[in-house]
Amino acid sequence: MNHIIATEKLNLFYNDFHALKDINMKMRANTVTALIGPSGCGKSTYLRLFNRMNDLIDGVKITGDVRVEGKDIYEKNTDVVDLRRKVGMVFQKPNPFPKTIFENVAYGLRVNGINDNGFIKDKVEQSLVQSALWDEVKDKMNKSAFELSGGQQQRLCIARALAIEPSIILMDEPASALDPISTAKIEELIYELKQNYTIVIVTHNMQQAARVSDHTAFFYLGELIEYGETKEIFTNPKDKKTQNYITGRFG
Amino acid sequence: MTHLDKESLQLKTDLIGMWNLVISQLNKTHEALINFDKDLAHEVVANEKRVNGHELKIDNDCENLFALFNPVAIDLRFTLAVLKINSNLERTGDMADGIGRFILNGNGPFDEELLKVTQVIHMYDEASSMLVDILMAFEHENTKIARSIFKRDEILNQININSIQVVADYIRTHPDNIEQALFVLSIIRKLERVGDHCKNIAEEIIFYIEAKVLKHASKKQKAE
Ligand SMILES: Nc1ncnc2c1ncn2[C@@H]1O[C@H](COP(=O)(O)OP(=O)(O)O)[C@@H](O)[C@H]1O
Ligand SMILES: [Mg+2]
Repeated sequence: MNHIIATEKLNLFYNDFHALKDINMKMRANTVTALIGPSGCGKSTYLRLFNRMNDLIDGVKITGDVRVEGKDIYEKNTDVVDLRRKVGMVFQKPNPFPKTIFENVAYGLRVNGINDNGFIKDKVEQSLVQSALWDEVKDKMNKSAFELSGGQQQRLCIARALAIEPSIILMDEPASALDPISTAKIEELIYELKQNYTIVIVTHNMQQAARVSDHTAFFYLGELIEYGETKEIFTNPKDKKTQNYITGRFG
Repeated sequence: MTHLDKESLQLKTDLIGMWNLVISQLNKTHEALINFDKDLAHEVVANEKRVNGHELKIDNDCENLFALFNPVAIDLRFTLAVLKINSNLERTGDMADGIGRFILNGNGPFDEELLKVTQVIHMYDEASSMLVDILMAFEHENTKIARSIFKRDEILNQININSIQVVADYIRTHPDNIEQALFVLSIIRKLERVGDHCKNIAEEIIFYIEAKVLKHASKKQKAE
């Protein structure tokens, strides 16, 4: 089976703290997987495995396999820059750079050594169209990104991630700081994007997980309790803990 | 108890209220038939409005629960089951109303021999005890009782199938009482439908508790 992302017997420690326990999970290309679970259960930690962002944290120890497109990305000869080009990330709080709208999207291309201005211009426009922001910003490309609303800034960050043509997009609560209309736009966008990308999204909003994802994984205290089709998880979860969590009867 | 738990409990209580009303409607037509009691039959027909009112209220409460609580998993299955059970109970209420109207239109006590050979009274007993038992299955979330309904529905089906021959024979020997015989045949048809509604309700109860879909399943699958 062609699974674009897979972890096997994956364990992660923050010093002595066992944050992820024996996680086996596989995700197919062009699907959306939602990671749900109470705060501190390890969702963000799990997400950060795939672009090796946990490497930046002191005292992290990882055992087991993490494979992206079939390759073990924790092997010594892994090119982390190349990996991060392939695996884009969008955070909870929109984090545009203090630059123009145009330069925000162009940034990743320039860092990757591209300086063909015609190409960059086309790519910026294409990414903004894909992130459903183009119509709102096409007349003010040289304005500061900070002039945009929170929801627009988040779509700008998505455009920035798309510009370098990743195959996987990681999203850590991408809509939790947004108003309902911006949230709906992001959800619509996720639905559109999955035709071309594989998306893994952490969300605290159960209904959002149900709406946007094909598969849902429920984490609890560092363990993967249940992982399956979203339809199944939300109509007939197998594990009592999953049921208690999604029906709001936890603890 | 969560807010949703409280709302679900209220919905359950309301549905049980509807259920008891329908059981009493059916039992009253039973008595009215045996005693040819037109007053009682009239009461049933008049009460039909209350059954419809209950149905609308429960429908409306389910709708609100969907819109306001976005139920998932067991909560979702429960609310869906209530919605469908509600509609099956309303249809059962219609059956009682229809029987009440036959009695109102009748022109004298029903011939005891006719009631006996057609087994319509036996059918009545079976149908109303099925309705009571399936209510118990719902109240106590007991799928074992729910499953026992499927076999009993077949008893009603069999009496219904036999009834054409039985009624035809009766008419041949009692050509002066054709009208009553046809009434009884219609009542049998309606009671057979009550059995179907009980069966549908049993399927909904199993769906909500065990998440198994039994609609259109074979007999063997249902027994499992
Ligand atoms: N940098 C860190 N150092 C030490 N512990 C951490 C660090 N980041 C997260 N943790 C711990 O790991 C667990 C999982 O955290 P996290 O992945 O952020 O959970 P979630 O995203 O599900 O809320 C938590 O108990 C958290 O306190
Ligand atoms: Mg997190």
